[in-house]
Amino acid sequence: MGTLGKAFTDAFGLLWNLDPSLVETVALTLQVTLAALVIALLVGVPVGAAVGLARRLPGRWLIVPLIYTGMGLPPVVVGLFTYLILSNQGPLGGLGWLFTPAGMIVAQTIIALPLVVGLTMAAVQGVDPSLPVQMLSLGATRRQVAGVTLLEARIGVTAAVVAAYGAIISEVGAVMLVGGNIEGETRVLTTAIVLETRKGNFALALALGIILLGIAFLTNFAFHRLQVRQGAR
Amino acid sequence: MTAAYRLDDVRHCYGDRCVVDVPDMEIASGEILAIVGPSGAGKSTLLRLLDFLETPTHGTITYAGSTVDRDVPLSIRRDVTTVFQRPVLLRRTVAANVRIGRRLRSLDTKAGDTERWLERLGLTELADAPARTLSAGEAQRVAFARALIVEPSVLLLDEPTGNLDPYNVGLLEEIVRAENADRGTTVVVVTHDVFQARRIADRTALMVSGSIVELSETETFFAAPEDARTAAFLRGDLLY
Repeated sequence: MGTLGKAFTDAFGLLWNLDPSLVETVALTLQVTLAALVIALLVGVPVGAAVGLARRLPGRWLIVPLIYTGMGLPPVVVGLFTYLILSNQGPLGGLGWLFTPAGMIVAQTIIALPLVVGLTMAAVQGVDPSLPVQMLSLGATRRQVAGVTLLEARIGVTAAVVAAYGAIISEVGAVMLVGGNIEGETRVLTTAIVLETRKGNFALALALGIILLGIAFLTNFAFHRLQVRQGAR
Repeated sequence: MTAAYRLDDVRHCYGDRCVVDVPDMEIASGEILAIVGPSGAGKSTLLRLLDFLETPTHGTITYAGSTVDRDVPLSIRRDVTTVFQRPVLLRRTVAANVRIGRRLRSLDTKAGDTERWLERLGLTELADAPARTLSAGEAQRVAFARALIVEPSVLLLDEPTGNLDPYNVGLLEEIVRAENADRGTTVVVVTHDVFQARRIADRTALMVSGSIVELSETETFFAAPEDARTAAFLRGDLLY
């Protein structure tokens, strides 16, 4: 109980004093997470919508299980894969992204993308299958049908955003391998927690955990309010 | 009258089973045609072919003088719209649902147009209500409004009044007749209700097992049917 109590006190103190290294770590955490999330959404939502709408897609029997498998990718395996791709001997080694935030964004995008695609696909498939036909009858183009269907699936698509955000903000294995947990450069909240735990600074590690949970809660609270507003219509 | 549609040897089959088989049929521009028949006769599939939502597996459909193949021009698709038996409304307000067709066509909704259609269909008080809270009958009236506000040349109605009480059935029939008379809208209505066909249609057809058994002036269809199956259907006998 003493450690837990000290953790809360430390967390409050870090926030109250706006500890510069904490601010830097939180900023990098948000930067990496949001960049990966935005890329995953830009790619994943259209792909998920397309797969969800194309019920007679050739190879669908294989594509859908592959997406579902991707949703359960172990982050540490993604980290290892990204590490090998970005290392000097890897095909993208020339980019020099290993042990940089850019590399961490790549790894987190790979984790988030199947979640966004899979849950968007499921949300679109949950829309009444008669809707696209009825929109076509009202004069919609194929692209407009996709847009209207996606809007109808917006509660499910928001759930996809929440799931992807939760998966990557709390992820540690991939960012540790690809980022290297370098102070002031690639240290994010999760890797900082691992480091402080290893050093025996349990109270500080817990304090960082509380801050991480606080950020996650605030963001998810905002997503939930958005879902409630969408559902009310 | 010119032909809105001409069907030549049109068949629509799933494997060996043909659900529509119409060797020859014309639908005149500006007429109200009712298609009656037992369930599973292929009436709704025929409407989907007329709305270009499906392409017949055999034969040709000519619309307003142009043969329509698999790639239907958007301008032709936007000439025709269907009110479905089970309309699916968007998770938006009733008014937004009524406007959706015009928005899809990037047309400005004329001032007061939405309100006018809401009023004609007795939906004014529901304008700002979420559409998914409506009863089946109210949803059906919204579906009518969203179809009519786009001013289609051809209005296809698939069991359009199945969810409605007698007052609203009368209201919708009156609106359909008025659109037909005022704008020359061609109407094809699929209905189980032979009395509805008798009330509103210029011509009536009986469809059984994918085929048009009889197609004639509505008065003749009811007073002196030529085919024994038509007489049997009008008596309420089961047809296969």
